[in-house]
Amino acid sequence: MSGVGGLPGSPGRLRQAVVPGATDLPRLLAGRGTDMDSHFGLWGPMPGGGPSLIDEVERSGLRGRGGAGFPMAVKMRSVAGGRAPVVLANGAEREPVSHKDKVLMAKAPHLVLDGVSIAAETVGASEAVLCVDRSAREAVAGLARARSDRLRSGVDRVAIRIETSPGAYVTGEESALVHWVNGGPAKPTFVPPRPFQRGIRGRPTLVSNVETLAHLALIARFGAGWFRSVGTVEDPGSALVTISGDVSRRGVYEVEMGADLATTVGMAEPAATPQALLVGGYSGAWVPAAPPGALGYDSSSLGAVGASVGCSAVCVLGPDRCGLAETALVVRWMAGQSAGQCGPCIFGLPALSEAFDGLVRGDRRGSALRRVNQLLETIAGRGACHHPDGVVRLVSSTLRVFASDVDAHRRRGPCRVRPGALPAPSAAPVFR
Amino acid sequence: MRRYLAVNPIACDGHGICAELLPEMIRLDEWGFPVIDPSPLPPHLERLAKRAVQACPTLALVVRESATQDRTAGTSRSGGSRHS
Repeated sequence: MSGVGGLPGSPGRLRQAVVPGATDLPRLLAGRGTDMDSHFGLWGPMPGGGPSLIDEVERSGLRGRGGAGFPMAVKMRSVAGGRAPVVLANGAEREPVSHKDKVLMAKAPHLVLDGVSIAAETVGASEAVLCVDRSAREAVAGLARARSDRLRSGVDRVAIRIETSPGAYVTGEESALVHWVNGGPAKPTFVPPRPFQRGIRGRPTLVSNVETLAHLALIARFGAGWFRSVGTVEDPGSALVTISGDVSRRGVYEVEMGADLATTVGMAEPAATPQALLVGGYSGAWVPAAPPGALGYDSSSLGAVGASVGCSAVCVLGPDRCGLAETALVVRWMAGQSAGQCGPCIFGLPALSEAFDGLVRGDRRGSALRRVNQLLETIAGRGACHHPDGVVRLVSSTLRVFASDVDAHRRRGPCRVRPGALPAPSAAPVFR
Repeated sequence: MRRYLAVNPIACDGHGICAELLPEMIRLDEWGFPVIDPSPLPPHLERLAKRAVQACPTLALVVRESATQDRTAGTSRSGGSRHS
């Protein structure tokens, strides 16, 4: 990281931080640990928040990094007008192939906590909660240590409460997380009202992904222009991405939005030329592996091929795998993660899983494919949350990208390839 | 003012009374849960719709002023849900 000044040690001394070189990456992952002095030594003191910061955030074009990509400034404005708002930092990452939030909280907890503090001040909240998945031990430890350092030094003007949340895929959905903080199960609720209207204890609540808040902490220091110096016009800034699957260097990387997808995947060193990529986790979409230069990691490029950044997790499928067999496992797993609240999800997802298994086993008369297509139509848009829609999106993309495999399975029955690229964690969902 | 039928899928238990009372706008899927016509409620069906809303044993059926509740939007453009 070039251009950052300041002396180590000596807590309490004002440090002069030079704006880091605009195009330097990593940004979020530039820090070297959870030590508070190193953090402020690297980034400079934490700036205050305030209503004028929302304009800066608007100029920065920061979008949520939790999956929905919603403009952060709009979210902040809608909460800032409310009575006694609350900030809820969402670190409840339960997507099996996404680890970016856990890594961020483990390696740069102060950046996340800076973001929470600044957001709280900006929207006028005197209460802030950060939820971290209780099984994410390193993240929990990193945050705990960071919080105790901050409490001792009094750097936060708002008390930040840290809660360890339970394990289910839908826990990270914003209404589910609010429901849990309010003492209920971590299951989605029917909206409206949305959390920004009535959330924690009925107050207007700013629910924001921890990575988004970390970006906020840097925008507050270095400004919108700096943030926008990497990325694209529509998708500015940098983003964390988890790369997994058939690669030898699985892990969390920081890339600029719009980076070439093939080159990005290449950083993780696939063993052989991939056949396809699962973009956006288990509620994302398959895309055929593109050659370098063909596909950018941003919403409009991915949108053109039926995908989106989503939770920013990319799984690489090697050439010897069967995309259908891998997807079948994921669909069955996702059916098991239903919160069990809505008929079309409770009944629809298992039915879809069965029909999809039929496709994989061999479908000479084509009845399994017809049944899958019928269920995709029936299920879409009929749950209280987007969980069933995610599965519909995944399966639709599978039929599209692996159409020749669907045909081969139909004519010849199951292939001998065993799935193994995508994990299906065995623990049942826990909502409390 | 355009009004739309909607169901709270969490409250819904698949009793199916709504589809009996308002088959013009509601049919049941294979598991007995309502599939609601997303087009605006025609004025001549308003009275039947009101009956269906009142007849729902779990208060799951509602009529509201906006077409969709997009969960990915941080701002809601609807006037909220109403029991009529």
